[in-house]
Amino acid sequence: MFGLGKKDLTLFLIVAVMALFAPFILNPFPTDSGMAQFNAGYPDLMQRFVIFGILAIGFNILFGLTGYLSFGHAAFLGVGSYAAVWMFKLLSMNVIPAILLSMIVSGLFAVVIGYVSLRRSGIYFSILTLAFAQMSYNLAYSVLTPITNGETGLQITLDDPRILGVSATADGGIPVTNLFGLEMRSFETLNIGPWAFQFSVGYYVAAIIMLISFYVAIRIFRSPFGMMLRAIKSNQNRLYYTGLNARPYTLAAFVISGMYAGLAGGLLACMDPLAGAERMQWTASGEVVLMTILGGAGTLIGPVLGAGFIKYFENIFSKINDQVVHAWVSFLPDGLENFVVAIIHPFVGKGWHLTLGLMFMLIVIFLPGGLVEGGQRISRRLRRKPAEDDAKSASTEPAE
Amino acid sequence: MGILEVKDVNKRFGGLKALSEVNLSVVENTVHAIIGPNGAGKSTLLNCLVGKLIPDTGSVMFDGQSVLGRKPFEINQMGISRVFQTPEIFGDLTVMENMMIPLFAKRDGVFRLHAIESVESERALRERAEQMLEDVNMLDKRHMHSASMSRGDKRRLEMAMCLVQEPRLLLLDEPTAGMARADTNNTIDLLKQIKASRDITMCIIEHDMHVVFSLADRITVLAQGTPLVEDVPEKIKGHPKVQEAYLGEHA
Repeated sequence: MFGLGKKDLTLFLIVAVMALFAPFILNPFPTDSGMAQFNAGYPDLMQRFVIFGILAIGFNILFGLTGYLSFGHAAFLGVGSYAAVWMFKLLSMNVIPAILLSMIVSGLFAVVIGYVSLRRSGIYFSILTLAFAQMSYNLAYSVLTPITNGETGLQITLDDPRILGVSATADGGIPVTNLFGLEMRSFETLNIGPWAFQFSVGYYVAAIIMLISFYVAIRIFRSPFGMMLRAIKSNQNRLYYTGLNARPYTLAAFVISGMYAGLAGGLLACMDPLAGAERMQWTASGEVVLMTILGGAGTLIGPVLGAGFIKYFENIFSKINDQVVHAWVSFLPDGLENFVVAIIHPFVGKGWHLTLGLMFMLIVIFLPGGLVEGGQRISRRLRRKPAEDDAKSASTEPAE
Repeated sequence: MGILEVKDVNKRFGGLKALSEVNLSVVENTVHAIIGPNGAGKSTLLNCLVGKLIPDTGSVMFDGQSVLGRKPFEINQMGISRVFQTPEIFGDLTVMENMMIPLFAKRDGVFRLHAIESVESERALRERAEQMLEDVNMLDKRHMHSASMSRGDKRRLEMAMCLVQEPRLLLLDEPTAGMARADTNNTIDLLKQIKASRDITMCIIEHDMHVVFSLADRITVLAQGTPLVEDVPEKIKGHPKVQEAYLGEHA
C-alpha cells in the first residue's frame, strides 16, 4: 500500500498513530498529580516535537545517506522562518503560501551553499557549511536588517499590507495565522476524569505535514536515488568508475534536505509568527546533528525519536528545580537530603545540558546506532536469539 | 586499427619519467596483457586510459574518440570499465544493490533524479543483475552484505558489476594480486568463460606470469616507462630482452 514495503508500511503506520494520538500518549499523568510536570502533551511542545522531527528527517537524508555532515542546517531553518513571516506580512495570514515560499527560498539558498560546499567532502564540507551558516546569522543581525529586522526579529505588525488578507482584524488586533480560517493557536480541551487533553489545530497541521515528509523520506530511502546516495557514502571512487557523477546526487540530496529544514522553519513561523536570527546560530545546527546521531543516523525513525528526545529534555527536564528534587527526597534525614539535592542539582533544571551531554556520550559509545540500535538490541534479546547472532549483526552495522 | 590506440604518450612526475613514448594498440575482441617489473609504468598507463591521469603529451583514442580530458565517469559511459587492484565495491550495500547501481548508470547516464520510484519496481534490471550473478556463481549471495564477503568473492562481484554494463573494453589491474593459487585459477577460469561468452576486449595488467600466459592473446612488455616488445605469448617467453628485463629476475 502507498508504494511501501510491508516493513516500511508498518513503521509509517506506527508513526502515524503516534503522531495523531500524541495528545493522549504524551499526557499520561493526571493534571493534579505530582507527575503532571512530566506531561509533554501541551500544543506548544508537541508542535516542536513534530517540527524538529521534520528538520531531523531532512537532515538524515543528507547525513544518514550520503555521510556528508552539514554543520549549517540551521541557516535553512532561519531562512524558511523569515520567508514565511514575509509571506504573512505581504500576502495573507494563511499558512499554505508561507510554507510554500519558505521551502522554495530555502531550496534556492541550498543550491547556492551546496554548489560551493560540495566541492569538498569530509571535515572541509562541514566547515564550509558552518561558515555559510554563521555568515547568514551575522548578516541577519547586521547588514540585512531591512529584511530581517536585526536583533528585534521579524514580526508581523498592524501596518503590514497583506494584499489578500487584512492588515488588522475588526477589533484592531493583529490577525493570527490560519489555514483557510482555522486558527493555528486554537485548541479544544477534552477533560476525562482528572486528565486534560489538548487538541490544537497547529499541532495537527504540523503533524500531518510531518507524516507527509516522513512518507516522502521513506520513498527516497527506498528509491534508486536513495541507493545512489548510500553508494556515495560507501565508495565514491567506485561510483566514478561506474559512470556516475557523485556531485549532482549530493547536490540534490543537499537541496532536498535544505527544503525540509526550510519547511520546518516555515512551520515554526506558522505556529508563532516571529523569526529571529538566533534560529540560525551554530548551536541550532549542532542540535540537529545531535538529534540525528542520538536517534540513529541512516535509519528512518531514528531522527524523529532523537528530535523528540532532545526537545523533551529541553522543555521538561529543564523545569526540574531544587524544590522539586527536595520534594522527591524529603523522606531522607535533613542533612542527607541536602547532600543528595546538592549532588543532583548540577544535572537538572538549568543543568539539563550536562545530563543531555552525558546521555549523548553514553549512547554514542555503547549504542553507535543510536536509540534505534538500542531498540533493536532489546527486541532481539526478547526474541532470545543466540548470542553469537547478536554479536554478528551488531558488527556489520556501520557505526556513525 | 585497434579499439584502443595509445600514441606517443609521455608522463612525468617531477623529475621521474614514468612513461616515455608509449605506443599501444589493442585489437578488438582480444585479451591484451601488459607486463613489466615494478615501477615500469603499468599503473600509470592504466590511469591515463581511464581519465585519472592526463598524459603530458600524446593521444589516447578509444573507438576513434579521444578520452583525454574526460572525467572517469564520462570514459566509463563511453564503454570502458575498470577492475581495481584491490576490489572496489560498495561495501555498505548488499550484493544485489551493488549490481543495480551499474545498471542504473548504464540506463540513465551520469545523473537522473528518480527519488520516488522504487528499486523493487525495476524488474527488467533486476533480472539482468540476477542473470549476471548467476554467470559468476554468486546468485545465492545476492542478499549478503558485500563488505562481509571474502576477497575472492569481492573480486568476482566487482567483475560482475563491470560486465553487467556490457563494456566494450574491460581493464583489469592485477586481478589476481594477493590471491591464493586456487583463487587465482578460479579467476582465470572466470575470465576465460567471460571472454568465450561475449564480445569483449580485455586489457590486463598483471604480475603473475601464470595468469598472463593462460589468458593473453598478445603481450606488451613495459620496462622503465617504455614498451620493450609486443608480441604473442609464445614469442615473449623466449625473448632475450624480456628475459633480461623481467623474467630473468624471477625465473
